Amino acid sequence: MVTVVAECSTVADRIRAVPDPEIPVLSIDDLGIVRDLRVDDKARRVHVVITPTYSGCPAMRAIEQSIEHAAQSAGFTVEVETRLSPAWTTDWMSESGKAALQRFGIAPPSTTRTTGGPVAVAVQRRRVACPVCGSEDTEELSRFGATACKALRRCRSCREPFEEFKTL
Amino acid sequence: MTATELDSQIAHYVLGLGDDALIYAQRLGEWISRAPQIEEDMALGNIGLDLLGQARALLTHAGELDGTGRDEDQLAYFRDEREFRNVHLVEQARGDFGDEMARLLWFSAYAGELYARLVDSADEVVAGVALKAVKEVAYHRDHARHWVVRLGDGTEVSRERMQAALERVMPFVDELFTDAAADVAAAESGVGVRPSELRVAATTFVTTVLEEATLQMPEEPKRHARGGRDGIHSQVMGYLLAEMQHISRSHPDASAW
Repeated sequence: MVTVVAECSTVADRIRAVPDPEIPVLSIDDLGIVRDLRVDDKARRVHVVITPTYSGCPAMRAIEQSIEHAAQSAGFTVEVETRLSPAWTTDWMSESGKAALQRFGIAPPSTTRTTGGPVAVAVQRRRVACPVCGSEDTEELSRFGATACKALRRCRSCREPFEEFKTL
Repeated sequence: MTATELDSQIAHYVLGLGDDALIYAQRLGEWISRAPQIEEDMALGNIGLDLLGQARALLTHAGELDGTGRDEDQLAYFRDEREFRNVHLVEQARGDFGDEMARLLWFSAYAGELYARLVDSADEVVAGVALKAVKEVAYHRDHARHWVVRLGDGTEVSRERMQAALERVMPFVDELFTDAAADVAAAESGVGVRPSELRVAATTFVTTVLEEATLQMPEEPKRHARGGRDGIHSQVMGYLLAEMQHISRSHPDASAW
C-alpha cells in the first residue's frame, strides 16, 4: 500500500523531473521555472506555477503538456498557471543543471550582475569556457542560436564550435 | 473622464504596445531565409519571437481590459486594418538589411526606455511583461548597434548604404515619441508612460551609436508619419495583414493545427 506522503512526493517529483523539450538533460526544476507546486491529496489535484524563460519561448506549451501528462500518469488532475512576474533569470538554474549543461556540451550561464540602471553601451568581455577542452580562449560567433536561450561560440584552442546558454 | 472611458483608454494603450510588437514580429519573420547570412536569419527570427511573446501577453491583457473578452488570436487575426494601433515604423516593408538595422536600432532604443519605465507600472500584467521585455530588448538593441557600427564604420559602400537607410527610416521615428490620448490617460493612471518622455534618452542612445559608426544623424524630415495609434496605416499594412491573417480567416472554426 502506498502512503499518502509517498504519493504526494511521487507526483511532485514526477512533475519536477519533466525535461525541457529543447535541452532534455535539464529538468524544469533544474531550469528554475517551477515557481510553486501544491498537491491536494484529497482532491487528487495539483496546482503548478511556471514562469517562461523567454516571452516567446515555443517550448512553454510543450512543457505544460508534459506536466499534464506527468500528473495524469500519477492519477492527479493538474492546473498549470503561467506567471510572468518576477521574471525568470538564469540565476535560478540549479548547480546540478549547470553541470548537466556542461556535460551536454553547452556552456552554462554565468551569474548575472545586478544592475539598477539602463544597460551599459560598452561591450562586456565575459569569459566563457569551452565545454569540450575547458579553454577560456573562446569567441562569439552569433548572439542568437538555435533557440531563444542560446548563443553560438567557438573555441580558439580546440576550434570546436559550441552553444552557450545566454545569461539573462 | 468616466471610469469606463478611462478603462477603454488603458485598453487602447495596452493594445498599442501589443500591436507594435505583433506587427514588427511579423516583419522580422520575413527575414528568415533572406538575411545576408544564416546566423542573421536566426537572429532576426529570434528577435521576432521575443516580440511575438510580448505581443501575446499584451493582446491577451488588452482583450480582458476592453471588456470584449477577445483572446489573443481574435485580436491578431480577426481585426481589420483600421482597428490596429501600431505605429507606422513597424509596418513598413522590410527594405534592405540596412533599413532593418536602422529600424531595429530606433525601435529597440525606444522600447528599451519604455520597458525600463513600465516595470513600475500600476498594472501587474504590464509590469510583468516589461520585466521580461526589458532584458530581451537590451539584446535586440545591442544587436542593432553592432551592425550599425559595423556597416557605418565599414567600407565606403556599406557606409553610404547605412546612411541612406537611416534617412529612409527617419520620417517614421517621430511618431514613436508622440503622445496620443491613450498614452496620456495611461500615464496619468500610472499604467503607462508618455512616449514623449522617452525621446531624449532614446535619441541620445542612437546618437552615440551613430557617432561610433561615423554616421550622421539625418536632418529633421519634412514630413512625419502620423495616425498609426488611431488606426491610420500605410498601404503596405493591408498586404501584411492579408498574409498574416488569411489562414485563420479561411478556417475560422479550426481548433487544432
